Amino acid sequence: MPVKKIVDALNQALREEMDRDERVVLLGEDIGVFEGSYRVTEGLHAQFGEERVRDTPISEIAIIGAALGAALTGLRPVAEIQFNDFLACGMDQLCNQAAKIRFMLGGQVTVPMVVRAPYGATGRAAQHSQSLEAWFVHTPGLKVVMPSTPYDAKGLLKTAIRDDNPVLFLEHKLLYGATSPGGKAQTAVQELGEVFTPAPDEEYLLPFGAADVKRPGSDVTVVATGMMLHKSIKAARELAGADGIECEVIDPRTLVPLDRETIIDSVKKTGRLVVVSEDVMSCGVTAEISALVAEHALFYLDAPIRRVAVPDTPIPFAPVMEQAVIPQIGDIIEAVKSVVYR
Amino acid sequence: MERETALLLYRRMVQIRKFEEKLYQLFLTRPMPGSMHQYNGQEAVAVGVCAHLNRDDFITSTHRGHGHCIAKGAPIRALMAEMFAKTTGCCRAMGGSMHIADYSVGMLGAMGIVGSGMPVAVGAAWSSQYRRSGQVVACFFGDGAANEGAFHEALNLAGVWKLPVVFVCENNMYGFSTHYRRVTPVENIADRAASYGMPGVVVDGMDLRAVFDEAATAVDRARKGEGATLIECKTYRYMGHSRFEKAAYRSSEELDEWRKRDPLVLFRDFLLGSELVDAGELEGIDADVDREIEDAVDYAENSPDPKPHDYRQYIFKVNDEFPTRHQKES
Repeated sequence: MPVKKIVDALNQALREEMDRDERVVLLGEDIGVFEGSYRVTEGLHAQFGEERVRDTPISEIAIIGAALGAALTGLRPVAEIQFNDFLACGMDQLCNQAAKIRFMLGGQVTVPMVVRAPYGATGRAAQHSQSLEAWFVHTPGLKVVMPSTPYDAKGLLKTAIRDDNPVLFLEHKLLYGATSPGGKAQTAVQELGEVFTPAPDEEYLLPFGAADVKRPGSDVTVVATGMMLHKSIKAARELAGADGIECEVIDPRTLVPLDRETIIDSVKKTGRLVVVSEDVMSCGVTAEISALVAEHALFYLDAPIRRVAVPDTPIPFAPVMEQAVIPQIGDIIEAVKSVVYR
Repeated sequence: MERETALLLYRRMVQIRKFEEKLYQLFLTRPMPGSMHQYNGQEAVAVGVCAHLNRDDFITSTHRGHGHCIAKGAPIRALMAEMFAKTTGCCRAMGGSMHIADYSVGMLGAMGIVGSGMPVAVGAAWSSQYRRSGQVVACFFGDGAANEGAFHEALNLAGVWKLPVVFVCENNMYGFSTHYRRVTPVENIADRAASYGMPGVVVDGMDLRAVFDEAATAVDRARKGEGATLIECKTYRYMGHSRFEKAAYRSSEELDEWRKRDPLVLFRDFLLGSELVDAGELEGIDADVDREIEDAVDYAENSPDPKPHDYRQYIFKVNDEFPTRHQKES
């Protein structure tokens, strides 16, 4: 049976890779006995045992550092950091050590490790709601993956585990499709449409650096990841119906390596670009993709580039304020209309 | 200690001392790339600990790492070439003094950020435990690192998972300019071991035999699966913190006091007193190492420089299984 939830797709990827390769081990907070705060590791402790699915102390420095040490000595660890906000606690191990050790050692070592972390705003205020992908895109030596569908999540996580470099694998909380047993996590999955492709049971891998055109179109290029990809698809559907505007919606899927060609080629075709992201505006993902297009396709543009992202603010708690800073479908529609001058 | 072991350990300490003295001269007399943090004064620590490690046992090193490399058996030529930023350097001119390390002898890297090697050592020990390989990890760090958060997290995890790691605190009294007692509320960093459910021992870090004996116990304990140990070696760095830093924050009397207990002199006196060796043998080793260091300098000088874009190949390992058209950009 194909799995229709990202949480199940990730679980299947971990299970398949652990079955296939005993060097694959998991570590993190509450991933074992409790089976993960977002349920991604459900059943794995029972199946693979304490040795391969290790509950850790609340020690993000040690979790990421231990993953690195294990990766340098023959294992292929997958660490879970409970919220991507907590990566800040282990930043030195990830960005100064893991990302650079192969480089500093002149290629003597490989670093086959994955760090998984949930991101995105779900009513948990400023320290559990961020989308921090730009920090890591800004750290050469790390690969950064952001799947938006079960199909992509499974294929990309399997590739991440087999990659010989440190990979940061970011998972949007609202796309998991599971509820957190510790709270009242919402899910947006039931509202998602045809692009939320299930993950088949069989083995498959998806290459890094290959964007996916989730919806072809001729009028405007829209680039988005994660939850924003789905909001963009909804916006595109509405724009096609009401205004006859055809958006080409591109999901880069991996921000490092970034599939620049697919984005540039699309803009050369449509002449318009809207970039949507849940991270903040300044020096964020939208800034990077806008700069890319400005450098490589400026004279193909028929309108200024538009960015739809979180303004430069921490995420506020009250739902009305949170929703005001997170990009909404209406914001995307407005941005698209502004570049086609309708 | 057996005769052969004693001679090898003496040689290692002399190698470190002469390597550092040569570098000091080189930095004074010609343009050398970057800076360096020197190990002279602390030789007994690295040599005494690494004496018990096999080639496939692991160590993590620090910004003050030249001694760790030599003690673990890294070839001197490749170390010197790295100091010269040559392609024949052990890190292909990508690390320099601060990250100098040779993975082929079990070095997991020299982390230039204080305390950062500690969690990595713990991960390697976890891997050894999981793979049942019997490998032990020695984690070198300074008194400064003992006040980093990484110290706490690393020792806690090693303690609770009973990992085969030996934490070797090289308390050389100063974190850069600051005496450790001005920033550390306990006399002995080893006392902190109690918090992590492991033994903590204080040892005279100038005395090779003392370090050797304590390390034997700790490595044996790790190898038998009985868990980690924290060894604090009280030692002293003869030079300033870095290249030309003059260490005006400490008195020349203090330096002289420590120098009276120089690790090479102490061990040399012990060897001669024990009649294990005669003076001629030790002089032979000294002369041999002099030649080895000169040879390493020649080798480094005559090695090729890297090309400006050589760094590109080291950012990522190319993924053989999934090469993509975008890989060249990544």
